[in-house]
Amino acid sequence: MQQPPSPAAFTPEPYKYGFVTPIDTETAPKGLSEATVRYISAKKGEPDWLLAQRLKAFALWQTMETPSWGKVAFPPIDYQDAYYYAAPKKKAAPQSLEDVDPELLKTYEKLGIPLKEQAILAGVEGAVAVDAVFDSVSVATTYKKALEEKGILFCSLTEAIHNHPDLVKKYLGSVVPPSDNYYAALNAAVFTEGSFVYIPKGVRCPMELSTYFRINAANTGQFERTLIVADDDSYVSYLEGCTAPKRDENQLHAAVVELVALDRAEIKYATVQNWYPGDENGVGGIYNFVTKRGLCKGASSKISWTQVETGSAITWKYPSCVLQGDYSSGAFYSVAITNHHQQADTGTKMIHIGRGTRSTIISKGISAGHAQNTYRGLVRMARTAHGARNKTQCDSLLIGDQCGAHTFPVIVSRDPTARVEHEATTSRVSEDRLFYCQQRGLSLEEAMALIVNGFCREVMKELPMEFAVEAQKLIGISLEGSVG
Amino acid sequence: MLEIKNLSAAIDGKEILKGLSLSLPKGQVHAIMGPNGAGKSTLSYVLAGRAGYTVTGGSVTLNGQDLLAMAPHERAAAGVFLAFQYPVEIPGVTTMNFLKTALNAVRAARGEKALDVMQMLKLLRAKAKAIGMDEDMLKRPVNVGFSGGEKKRCEVLQMAVLEPRLCILDETDSGLDIDALRIVADGVNALRDANRSMLVITHYQRLLDYIKPDRVHVLAGGRIERSGGPELALELEEKGYGQASAGAQA
Repeated sequence: MQQPPSPAAFTPEPYKYGFVTPIDTETAPKGLSEATVRYISAKKGEPDWLLAQRLKAFALWQTMETPSWGKVAFPPIDYQDAYYYAAPKKKAAPQSLEDVDPELLKTYEKLGIPLKEQAILAGVEGAVAVDAVFDSVSVATTYKKALEEKGILFCSLTEAIHNHPDLVKKYLGSVVPPSDNYYAALNAAVFTEGSFVYIPKGVRCPMELSTYFRINAANTGQFERTLIVADDDSYVSYLEGCTAPKRDENQLHAAVVELVALDRAEIKYATVQNWYPGDENGVGGIYNFVTKRGLCKGASSKISWTQVETGSAITWKYPSCVLQGDYSSGAFYSVAITNHHQQADTGTKMIHIGRGTRSTIISKGISAGHAQNTYRGLVRMARTAHGARNKTQCDSLLIGDQCGAHTFPVIVSRDPTARVEHEATTSRVSEDRLFYCQQRGLSLEEAMALIVNGFCREVMKELPMEFAVEAQKLIGISLEGSVG
Repeated sequence: MLEIKNLSAAIDGKEILKGLSLSLPKGQVHAIMGPNGAGKSTLSYVLAGRAGYTVTGGSVTLNGQDLLAMAPHERAAAGVFLAFQYPVEIPGVTTMNFLKTALNAVRAARGEKALDVMQMLKLLRAKAKAIGMDEDMLKRPVNVGFSGGEKKRCEVLQMAVLEPRLCILDETDSGLDIDALRIVADGVNALRDANRSMLVITHYQRLLDYIKPDRVHVLAGGRIERSGGPELALELEEKGYGQASAGAQA
C-alpha cells in the first residue's frame, strides 16, 4: 500500500473579507452635531419633513443615555471621534451598472456578491436581486426593471424618499420610532442609506431580494435603515449580508430595520452577519447595535427573522415581532457564534396583541474561546391576546472552559387563555462525538464544524438555499482556533 | 499488514497494555477474546488514536506505515476503521450527510476526487440496500433514536462505504439479540475480502459462530497470552478464561 498523501491541513482561514477598497471617499466633517445631521440631509437632497424628523430625533438622542442592561462590556464611545457620512467620490449618481466605479464592482466580485444581472428566464429559481450599500450610499441595485414589471419597488432608501415619498412618510419610523432606544434615535438622526421594498397587493416576489452592506472607510459609522412593506396577500423573502475590513479600532454599526406585513402578507427576513469580529486578542471589530422589528399589522400576516450571527466584536440585537393582527404569527430563528473575545447579547421580543397569535423562538448560542454569549428574550401576552401561543427553545453549546453562555428569558402573560412554553438546554461538545467523527476521517476542526452545524440545524434549514451553504462554511471558519 | 510489536499503553498513568504483540496478515480475520478489564477496548482505542491513551512503548505499523505517528483522521484515511461498541449520536447531522462528509474527507486525503451529490446518493443507496438497511435511515440523524441493532447496522454501513483496509470490531455483539446479530454478521462477512483484514474483539464466543476467524488470540493482563485456531474459542467457551489461561501456562 502506498503512503497516502497527508490530508490537506485545515488551513486556518482568517477573516477573508478584511481587505480595504482603495477609493477616494467624500466624508462629512468629523464629529456629531446638528450641522452633521443637516449635512447628511443636504447631501441626500432630502425634503424638509425628513430633515425636521432627523433634527427632532437628534435632539431626543442628546437627552438619552447609553443602555447599560446588556451583558456586554466596552469603553464609552466617543461620538465626536467618528465620521457619519462617507461616500465614494463620483461625478454623478450611476444610472446603470455600466456607470458604477469599476473599483467598486471589483470589491463586490471579491466578496462574492453578484452585481451583474443574469438573463432571467421565466420560472428560473435562484436569481437574487441585490442592493449594494457601500459605506453611506447605495452603489447598485440589480433586477430593478424586472421587479418593477410586477409593481415591486426595490431600491435604495434615498431613491425611495425622492420617488415614493408617500409610502416612506407613512411607514418610516412607524415600527421603530426614534424614542424606542438610544441607538434607534441616533439612527433616525444620522441614517444614511438602506434598502426600501414595497410588494403590492397579491404579488408574490419572484426572487430573493437582498442587501449587502459593506463598511469600507476607516473611523466611520454605518447607520443604515431598511424598510420593507408587504401589502395584503403578498410575499417576500429578503436576505441581508454584511462585511467590513480588518481594522484595529472599533467601528459602530447602528442600523434600524422595519418590516410591515398587512393582511395575510408574509415577510421572511434572513441575515448572515459577518462583520469583522476583531482579532484573537479582542482588538478591533464592529460594534453591531441594531434595532430590528416587524409589525404584523394585518390579520393572519406572518413575519420570520432568521439570523446567523458570526461576526462583530459586540452584538446587541433583538429582532422582534409585534403581533397586532388577529391570527398573525412571528418567528425568530437564531444562531449566534462567539469565539475569542466576542460578546453577543441577542434574542427577540414577541409581543402578542391580536387574538390567536402564534410565535416560535429557536435560539442556538455557541460560545468558544473567551467569548460571552447571551440570549435575552421577552414574550408578552397582552390582555387581548386570547388563545395566543408561544413556544421558545433556547440551546447553548460551550466549547472550552473559558467562555460563557447566559439566558435571560422574560415572560409576561396578562391573558389566562394564552399559552407559553419555554425550554432551555446547555451542553458541551463531547469528546466522544469529536472522536467518533475523527475516526471516520474528519480532522478535529472539520469534526467540530459538523457537530456545531448539526446543533444549529433547526435554524439553518430556515435559511434560503443560496445562503445555507455559505452559512455552514462560515460556522466552520468562525470556530477557527477554538479546538486543539 | 498490521504489525503490533511490544505495545504498551496507559490511561491516567495506569498501564493497561503491557507489551502486546500481534501480527494480522492481509485478508485474514483474527478474534481477540478476553475477560472484562483485560484491555480489549483499550487496544481498539489505541489503534484508532483516541486522545487520553498514552503509548508508553512498542510500535504499530499498517502496511509499513507508522500508525502511532498519525492523527486519528489520518489513520482513518490510511484505512483504519473502528466499529464502536457504543456508537455515538450526532444530533442534527443526517446519516447521509455524515457519510458524505466522511467519505469525501477520506477521498481527499487519498488524493481522490470528491463525489458529487448524485454519485454519493447512488453509492449510499446501493450500500444500504446491500446490507438490507432501510433507505429512510439515511435521512435520520446519526444514531439518534436508533435501536441497538440499527446502531450496529449503521456501523457496518459506514464500514461498507469507507472501504477500510483494517476493520476493528469492538464488542459488536453487545446489546444485540440473535436476529440482529445474524444480520450484522452477514454484513461484516460480505465485506471480507483478500485485501481487508479484520480484528474482531469480543467477550463471547457467540459472535464467532457467525464471523469465523482464521485465528483466535486470548488477551489477558495487557498482552496476548495464547493464540490458536478457531477451536480455541470453543475451548474458552467451555472452560472459561481462568482455566484456559492456566492451561496455557501449564
